[in-house]
Amino acid sequence: MAINKVVDSFDEAVADVFDGAVILIGGFGPSNGTPSYLIRALVKKGTKNLTIVANTPGMGRAARPAPGAPPPRMIRKTPPNFDNGGLLIQNFQVGKAITAFPGNAPPGGGSPLHDQYRAGTLAVEVTSQGTLAERIRAARAGIPAFYTPTGPGTRMEKGKEVREFNGRPYVLEHAIIADYAFVRAYRGDQRGNLVYQGTSRNFNATMAGAAKVTIAEIDELVPVGSINPETVVTPGIYVQRVVPRPADWKKGA
Amino acid sequence: MENPRLDDQTMALRVAKEFKNGMVVNLGFGIPTLASNYIVEENEIIIQSENGVLGIGRTAVTEQEQDFHLVNASGQFTTSLPGMSFFEHAESFSMIRGGHIDLCVLGGLQVSEKGDLANWLIPGREPGSVGGAMDLAFGAKRLVIVMTHTTKEGEPKILKKCTYELTAPRCVSTIITDIAVIDVTPDGLVLKEVAPGWTAEEVQKLTEPRLKISPDLREMAL
Repeated sequence: MAINKVVDSFDEAVADVFDGAVILIGGFGPSNGTPSYLIRALVKKGTKNLTIVANTPGMGRAARPAPGAPPPRMIRKTPPNFDNGGLLIQNFQVGKAITAFPGNAPPGGGSPLHDQYRAGTLAVEVTSQGTLAERIRAARAGIPAFYTPTGPGTRMEKGKEVREFNGRPYVLEHAIIADYAFVRAYRGDQRGNLVYQGTSRNFNATMAGAAKVTIAEIDELVPVGSINPETVVTPGIYVQRVVPRPADWKKGA
Repeated sequence: MENPRLDDQTMALRVAKEFKNGMVVNLGFGIPTLASNYIVEENEIIIQSENGVLGIGRTAVTEQEQDFHLVNASGQFTTSLPGMSFFEHAESFSMIRGGHIDLCVLGGLQVSEKGDLANWLIPGREPGSVGGAMDLAFGAKRLVIVMTHTTKEGEPKILKKCTYELTAPRCVSTIITDIAVIDVTPDGLVLKEVAPGWTAEEVQKLTEPRLKISPDLREMAL
């Protein structure tokens, strides 16, 4: 029988996510390549005490600038049907966030992440972006820990082994062991082969395969054989479930 | 009255003079990214953006140019160029940590006379957003910092020792400010250029550590 990893609904795709699970969430910045439908399905399910691992989870719907602050210099336009990990925080489902960029928290501003961090109900582990990416990649590759050049002489080395190689200090960092990876891709097939679009590849292709279960939210399901094998970015064995967005998602479905 | 200081665009113009033909360059948020608009046409510069792209063009201007699948590391819409390539985050930081980036330009909160950089955490603003700055500061072949010479309150940002959390120790090669260009050398800070209308003495007054004056000290060419 042909391999078929396609799951009919986002609710079904996240049905076995349990309280206390560690979830990798793809995407970058306020709007780029985020598995929004999977995130909303998990909000609907109400799973609690999650650890989320995401580059930029602080910029959810409820992020706000400091009172009287000038408008941000970057273009704040969000794609259709956009949500990110910040929505799970806003819904009090997260106990810990591992992140490189929780967002800036000017006095009186910030996001639910900052509010809960200040209240002491949310733990936030800030790690440099390259270390975050490599800790995820290492998990995918079966590497439990690695020495990285980033961090010696800064607060990032605190409590960690620092070792010299060829006259230069390196910090020992550990792989992030995760239960689920939520990734967003452009096209996928029934085997789980994925391709991405532009910079939306970002953490999605890093995280695919780095957790026990990888769930891919795709824009378009295509028949097996129609993706040129030379251009597959995520080989299908890294993916356990594939869920297509509704055909009219750009119109708000 | 104080001499006029360079505005953001003029600082970006000065930053762009650091770009040499063929360089792979990573530009941080703010003024560094503005510098990509001042690349001279004879020079082919490959801009790396740590969210997974090499060879991007200028930032998008029109609504038609805005593409959710083509943004830079500052989250701005950008444009494509022939020869561009995409890759995932771990690959992107392999480039950065593996020493494949010729030049990185970042903003700064403080720089010490030894070239230590602090640019990610203002005290009291925990947990702070480090992003990719630390990997770039440790990994780029050359790091240039562009920032205002003093804080809004007029305090020096170039210090004997940084008081904020470090991004990386001994990583800065050159500091470009709104009044001067300063090199970090094994012998200390060397003042190379002053902004139009400024003297070395005036720059020194706004800098905590002692500046050595370059024998070739000149006015910034803009």
